[in-house]
This record gives sequence, structure tokens and C-alpha cells, in this order.
Amino acid sequence: MGLLSDPNRRKALTNLLTRLNAPICMVCYLAAIVWFMGLAFEPFTLRTYMSENAMGSTMVEERFSSGERALSLAKEFDAHKTKAGGMPVEWLVKAMQARGLEVFTQSFSRKLPFPDENKERYMVRGTNVYGILRAPRAPRTEALVITAPCSPGNSNNQAVGLLLALAQYFRNQIFWAKDIIFLVNEHDLIGMQAWLEGYHHTNITGMEYSPLQGRAGSIQAALSLELSSDVITSLDLILEGLNGQLPNLDLANLFYAFCQKLGVLCTIQGKLQRNDWDTAEGYTHAAQTMMLMVLKQACGRSWGDHGLFLRYHIEAASIRGINGFRHYKMDVATIGRLLEGMVRKLNNLLERLHQSYFFYLLPSLSRFVSIGYYMPAFGLLAVILLLRALDLWVNLGAPALEAVDGVTEAEQPSGPGVLTVLTPVVISHLTGVALYLLPVHLQEMAVEHFPVSETEAVVLTAVAIYTAGLALPHNTQRLLSGEGTEQGWKVLKLTALLYLAVLLGCTALINFSLGFVLAVTLVPITASMTPHMPKALSALAMVLLSPAFTILYCVFIYQELIEAPVSVSEGWMLFLSVISQGILDHALYGSLVYPLLALFVYPCWLMFWNILFWS
Amino acid sequence: MAAPLTLLLIVAVTIRAVLFRSSLAELISERVEVVSPLNAWKRVVEGLALLDLGVSPYSGDVFHETPLMIYLFHFTVDYAEIVFMVSPYFVDCLSCFLAPLDRFRKQKYALESDRYPADCLELLRSPKEMFYIPLKVAMFYLLNPFTILSCVAKSTCGLNNAIIALFIFCTLKGSALLSGILLALATYQSIYPLTLFAPALLFFLQRLYIPVNLRRSSFWFFTLQYAFIYVGSLVVITGLSFFLLGSWDFIPSVYGFIFSVPDLTPNIGLFWYFFAEMFEHFRLFFICVFQINVFFYTIPLSIKLKEHPVFLIFMQIAIISIFKSYPTVGDVALYMAFLPAWSHLYRFLRNIFLVSCVLLACSALFPVLWHLWIYAGSANSNFYYAITLLFNFGQILLVSDYFYAYLRREHHLIHGLYLKKKDGTEATLVLK
Repeated sequence: MGLLSDPNRRKALTNLLTRLNAPICMVCYLAAIVWFMGLAFEPFTLRTYMSENAMGSTMVEERFSSGERALSLAKEFDAHKTKAGGMPVEWLVKAMQARGLEVFTQSFSRKLPFPDENKERYMVRGTNVYGILRAPRAPRTEALVITAPCSPGNSNNQAVGLLLALAQYFRNQIFWAKDIIFLVNEHDLIGMQAWLEGYHHTNITGMEYSPLQGRAGSIQAALSLELSSDVITSLDLILEGLNGQLPNLDLANLFYAFCQKLGVLCTIQGKLQRNDWDTAEGYTHAAQTMMLMVLKQACGRSWGDHGLFLRYHIEAASIRGINGFRHYKMDVATIGRLLEGMVRKLNNLLERLHQSYFFYLLPSLSRFVSIGYYMPAFGLLAVILLLRALDLWVNLGAPALEAVDGVTEAEQPSGPGVLTVLTPVVISHLTGVALYLLPVHLQEMAVEHFPVSETEAVVLTAVAIYTAGLALPHNTQRLLSGEGTEQGWKVLKLTALLYLAVLLGCTALINFSLGFVLAVTLVPITASMTPHMPKALSALAMVLLSPAFTILYCVFIYQELIEAPVSVSEGWMLFLSVISQGILDHALYGSLVYPLLALFVYPCWLMFWNILFWS
Repeated sequence: MAAPLTLLLIVAVTIRAVLFRSSLAELISERVEVVSPLNAWKRVVEGLALLDLGVSPYSGDVFHETPLMIYLFHFTVDYAEIVFMVSPYFVDCLSCFLAPLDRFRKQKYALESDRYPADCLELLRSPKEMFYIPLKVAMFYLLNPFTILSCVAKSTCGLNNAIIALFIFCTLKGSALLSGILLALATYQSIYPLTLFAPALLFFLQRLYIPVNLRRSSFWFFTLQYAFIYVGSLVVITGLSFFLLGSWDFIPSVYGFIFSVPDLTPNIGLFWYFFAEMFEHFRLFFICVFQINVFFYTIPLSIKLKEHPVFLIFMQIAIISIFKSYPTVGDVALYMAFLPAWSHLYRFLRNIFLVSCVLLACSALFPVLWHLWIYAGSANSNFYYAITLLFNFGQILLVSDYFYAYLRREHHLIHGLYLKKKDGTEATLVLK
């Protein structure tokens, strides 16, 4: 308590912090970036290991061998799919019933708030088919789910074929202690959402669906399968779920362990693992893999059908077959054995996966960075905001203490202070609310008056409101209190800094990547913003580091990392589609990134914009 | 003065009415930070249903309100929203109390101003500053997000706060009878206000110019008189409850529940995690330790602050709200309403920046970590308890900071504002 109660030491500390504020902040920022980049360096990461006893020590022997049958089922499915022009419900029901499952269907319909141009859908109507294999060895209180999406075109047929072949094989085994649900869902995530909401008797997104006729126990884990060709060269594991949520690391470990055992090439973020961590290429490779994970997690959408399970406290991952690396080839039977092994280990679980980490980043499948290692990188950025706030606080307090001759002078700032701070805060937030509500609600009006489609109307309205927000608020405090005072902007900046710190802190706890990406771009400009800087230059800098530009940069960096670089105009089109996808994700699945940006981050950034034009 | 107060009331009522009608109300009334097992509206409804069926409301393990409270709601359940809307305005009485308090102080200062060194005059509050204090107190209570949340959740904590506020009001008005009765009522509601007996007694003694001297018969006479009012009304209220209900069921169900802490639902207090982790055979011992902790501070604080009973009341309320077994944010709001009354201590506060940062961050982190723990399943109870600890650390720091500032101001009033060491350099005060 010495620091808190001894005035001399306190004074020394505050003096140090205020005098060296700028250098300390600079060092913190650089340290944060270096720390973050260092996370991908192999000696600083931990080797993954299986924490769950029930999955680690028990041996299973995989015997699945009906790869040919899976492929013929896939062909049959394909033929029926083309004939039905969509999900061949009757054929699937029959096929599952023939394999001894209890089969049920669920129909659902959903009208999107505006047409989805990426997937070309507006009024969605579909059916999910699922079959339950009842556990012969235990009371039916727990379940596992294997899903395969029924995609349009001729993709993903092999996944459905393998699903059916696995069902047939599993039916003949006696060791199942958990019900196994085989689900074929239509319209990817929308069907998944309908099925999960039906299963858990909730309705959070306004979906219309028929209630489920058959249920199994509480779902412990789920695997989603995506296979589009007969021959697979490698398997990709996808973990990022809705709002950046990740499944327990043990699920990834399980996948990795079986890939090792069966000699299957496995990738994460589509990148193979390299062993030369001590070379520059090796490090760059790991850094790229990690950056891809950060970007995917930050955008808060579900990157596979598994992503929606995570919300219901169900550990889930997607496994995607890739046909690209020429030398290695494996047949469907090997993938079947891999899935068999994983499901059998999951079948052995005595409680939900909880032993291993939930907060992690993966520079490769065999290495991980836990929360304790990556949080300091964010912490260093947050400290900058707090240090600046402390500096302002000392600055604001100093004149009041020095004014020996009058009490009246110390009283002065509090009077107009409240009003000058409150007005910009309220106006910024109202702009944020407009940005959140208007794009979707005004689309009809926009379509009437401008020659654009609904989707374009929504996105362009959002961009227009965002830009209009820059012009709007910085005149307001002058209307109310005449001249903006020196005290005024300092109080506003203090408020805005603390607000931003709390906001980013909360975001980083829920979704580290999003918090970190926002902090990297927002912190430098917000920490240094004062009204006395050259207006044009700092305005440009602020705009270039605003939340919207952050999204734009992320789009370019992401394209660069997946080795599909785009030109500026393509990038712009991608940026627009990312915005529309963000709004759709929010409306359809409840992703929180769009409301977070519109209702909190953007208004907070506007407050700093306001400070710049304080006069 | 009346106009801003009316405006404030209108704003406060509007906010609450809007929130009552919005979909947020249901969400808020489920939050563990806002409602505790003692004061959740859901449980009151359950108790009322049992009462209507002719069953003792305490027969389940759900209802823990006092009998008088359930009979109050028995008659006003249809107007429950209005009751909860009105209850904060009793706390407005808090603001009224400051008027007499200030007059009293002004006289005191007028009498004693020649005794203080000249440079201390700036430490005394000018009448102009005091004029706005009631308004500020009302604003701090009515517009405090904690109060609003508590009110929208229909937590009966608001009613308990109203009783305590009325008690303070009557005490400062100098009515020993009403003060005793209301203190008994507050104690009956939640036991812990028992510790307010000491400051109330000290206040009356000071007001009647009776010195606190154990050998003086006048001291004993008044103490016994006040204690008699207090205990008498407590007996009457408890007896009344017995006759209303026809059984003593409520004693274990209300007071036993408060003391033995059987419900370990997480809240913003310190009990739940500790007792969830505890081995069963240590439980009794640590319950005693934790509960004595709440009451124990009365003794040293009463000795130290015997000249300043009003500040002592503030300290006691704050300590209760930090250390009680089922605290909610409504309790925190009550003592925070006092803060503007001590605005003259502001220049002596040392950690106010740190404390406000901590309280702000914690208030935001509570729902976030709750989400991670309960819904996402990725964090666990340790994360949530860490924030609880930090929140309570912030509160304790706030209270001790005000305590230190108060003592330091008193010191300066006597010794002068600008202290010199023996060698003529400027001296600093160190708390050790």
C-alpha cells in the first residue's frame, strides 16, 4: 500500500508518468506489436497436448472400410439431387431408414432482410433430414452430431455419401454410449440455425421452422463434414465460430492425433505445417497462419457449419477435404476411419470437453498460443489509453490545485463541463444508432429513388451515413456553449479514452482478435489526438485509421494471405460485400460485430473526431 | 431549486417508464448483479401465489422477504410498477435532510470560525455550494444507472433503501421516536442496518449537547430511552408479523437465510465463491468470521468518528453494502448518493481516478464475464470472481479514501491548511 498512501512516492510516480508519457506510450505500442508478432515464433509457443483423460489414454482401432460404398452413395445422392432440384428429401429419408436410423425431417423458411448476392438467396425455404442412431450401451442422455451440408451444384456429395456409409457401419457396432445424430442440412448455416433452434426450443432470430419430432440427449460435440471430390489430398480443420468463439482445443488435438496416426496430411487455414521454424520462411509461414486465424476470428462470422453449435455450448469443428497437394492421395475410406476414430473417442467422454483451452491462437496444428501469452499484447495497447487518460487527469487537476487564491476558480469547469461532454457523446451515439438501424429500414426508399439493387442500397446507405457522421457532430458544442474551452476538450478526451479502453477491453475478452485489430488501428491516433494539431493532416490520418478503413485493410491483407491478391477496385467490391455479409450475419445468426462497430466503436471514434475540430 | 428538481424527477420517471415497457426489463430482472435471492421480484410473485393459496409463503425454499413486505405487495401487486417507481423518490428525502444538516453546520462554523486558523476558510463550504447539494444528491441517486437497473428489475432493494433514507431523514430532523421506529423497520427488513444504531445515537447525543461520558447519568438515560424505542418497535413489528402469518416460519427463512448464506448464486459480493469452495466442516467458523466482519467496524469507527455521526452513517452504509451476504448494485447506489454531500472533501481525495476507472471497468466486465462463463462456456467462475474482488477492492478504496480525506480535512481545520515542518519546509501528511 506504500504507493497508494505515501504522497511523496505517489508524486514521484505521477511525475514520471506524465513527463515520460509520450515515450512510454510509444514503447508500449512497439512492444505490443513485437510481442504479437513474436507469438508466431515457435520457441515462444507451447506444443499441443491432449488434456482430456477419457480421450487420451484409451486406444481405439478403426475398421471402417466401405469407401467404395460411400462413393456410390454419393453418386446416387447426386443423381437424386439433380432430379429434385434441391434436397432429395424422400430419397434421404429412405436411405437413412434403410440403415436402421430413426429418421425425422424439419422444414424451415426464412426471409432475409435483403437479398444475399453472394449466395443468391432471398426467400429461403428448405428441409433438414436427420437420423438418430440410438445408443445401445447407455441411457440416452447424451448425443454426438455428424453433419454434412447439402450444397447446391455438385459439391459436397461425397460428404453426404460418407455420412450414410458411416451410419451404416456405426449401426452394426455395439460400443456406442451416446446417441449419434446424422444430419443433412439444407441452405448451410440457415438450415443449421433452424435445426439448432428447434433442438433447443429457442427462437432468437425470428426463423420459422417446424418443431423437431425426434430428439436425442444433450449434444456433447459435433463434427461438420465437407468433401467435394472422390480423392482427397489433405484435410483442413476449421475452428472459428460465430462471434469469434472457438471450440475446446482438445477437439483440434483429437483431429491432429488421428491425422498423425493415419498418416493423413492435415492443414489449418489451408496451410501445411513446416518444420523449419528457425528460418525466415518458416517463421513467416507460421505468422501468416496465425494472422489468418486472427482475421477470420475478428470478423466474427461462422466459417463453417460448426460455428453455430458453439453458442449452445457444444464443441464443434468443420473438417474440409482439399484436393490440391498433388503427391499425397487418400481415399474416402481413410477419411471414414479418421472420423470413426474421432467419434469413438468422443463417445468415451465422461463429461463435456473442458480440460483444455478455449482461448488460443494456432500458428500451426501442433503449436498453440494460450490466453496468458497473447493477452499482454493487447494489455500493452490498453495501457497506452490509460496512461494518456492519467496524463489528462493530472493536467486537469493541476490548475485547480494551484489556484490558491480562490475556490471559485476550481468550481468553474464542472459547470459547462458536463454539457460540453454530454452533447458530443449523445450526438455520436445517435449517429451510431442511425448507422445501425437505417440501412436495413431505408432500403425500399433507396431502391425507389436510385438505380441500385437492394443489397447495394443497404451497403451504400451504411457508407453514406458513416461519411455523413464525419460532417455532422463537430459543430454541435459551439451551438450550445459558444466557444469550446481548453478544459472542455480535455474532459471529453478523458471520457472518450476511458470509454475506448473499457470498450476494447470487453471486446478483447470475448473476441481477442477483434479487440486487438481494432486497438492496433485506433489506439495510436486516439491517444495522440488534440485540437492543436495541423487539421488537414491529422484529419486524413484519423480517417485512414477509422473503423471502416480497418475493415478495408483487413480485406486486402486477408486476400494477400490466402494468396489471392486483388486489385483496388476488386478490393472495394469485396469490402462492400463484407459489409453486407456482416449485416446479414447479424440479422440471420446474431453475430455481434456489426452492432458493436455501429453502436459503440464508431461513436467512440466520432468523439475523437469531434476533439480534432474543437475550436 | 424547485424547477431543476422537477425536471430531474420528470427525466428519472421517463427513463424508468421507458425501460419498464421495453424488452430490456426482463433481461435486467434476471441479472445476478441487480437482483439477489433476497429481493428478486420473481420470488415475491412466488410468495404471493403461495399466500393466495393459503400455504405459508416460506414453505418452499424460494421466498425470503419479510411478512410485512409480502402483505404490502399483497395489496399493491397490481400497482407494483408504480410502487417501484415511487420508492426511489423517498430517497429524495435524503436530499431534503441536507438542508437542516447544513443549517446546523453553518451555525457550528459561525460559532467556531474564530477558532480555526484564517487560511482554513476555503475549506468551509460557502452557503452557495451547499444550496445545490440536495439537488446533486437527488441527481446522483435518481440518475445513477445502478438505481435505475435496480428499479427496473423491481428489486425490493429499492424499498429497503427508501426505509433507510427515511430513517436518516427523521434522524437528522431530530425526531428520536420516528428514527427509532424506522431503524427498527430497516433492521427488520435486512438485519444489517442494526449497525446504524450507533451513529444515530451519537447524532442525538450531539444534538442534545449530551457528552459521551460513561459516568454521566444523562448519557445513560438517553441511550436507554433510544434503545427502548428501538427494541420496543422491533418487538412490535416482529410480533405483528407473527400475528399476520400465524407462525414463526419467517425467522429461519429470512434471518437464517441472511446469516447462514445457503444460496450461493453468484453476485457482486464476496461470500458466494468463498463458501462454494469451502469444506463443509469449516463453514460455520468462516460464516461467523464473515458476518462479524460486517458488524465489527462499528466499534472503531464510532470511537474515531464520534464527533461526526453523519459521516459515520455514510461509512456504515458503505460497509454494509460491501460486506453483506447478498449485495446488489442497488445497495451500492445508496451510499454513492451520499458522495456529493462530501464534495468539500474532493481536494483531499487521492485515488479517485483509480477508483472511478476500476468501478467503471468492473461494471462493464460483470456482464461480459458472465456471458463468457455461463453462455459461451469458455471462461469459468474464477474470471467472474476476479471481477467481483476487483469491484469490492474499488469500493473499499473509495470508502477508505473518503475516510482519510475526512480526517485530513479535520486535521487541517485545526492545524491550518499549509503545514510547515519545524525547519520551515512544507510538510506532508502520511497515513501509516
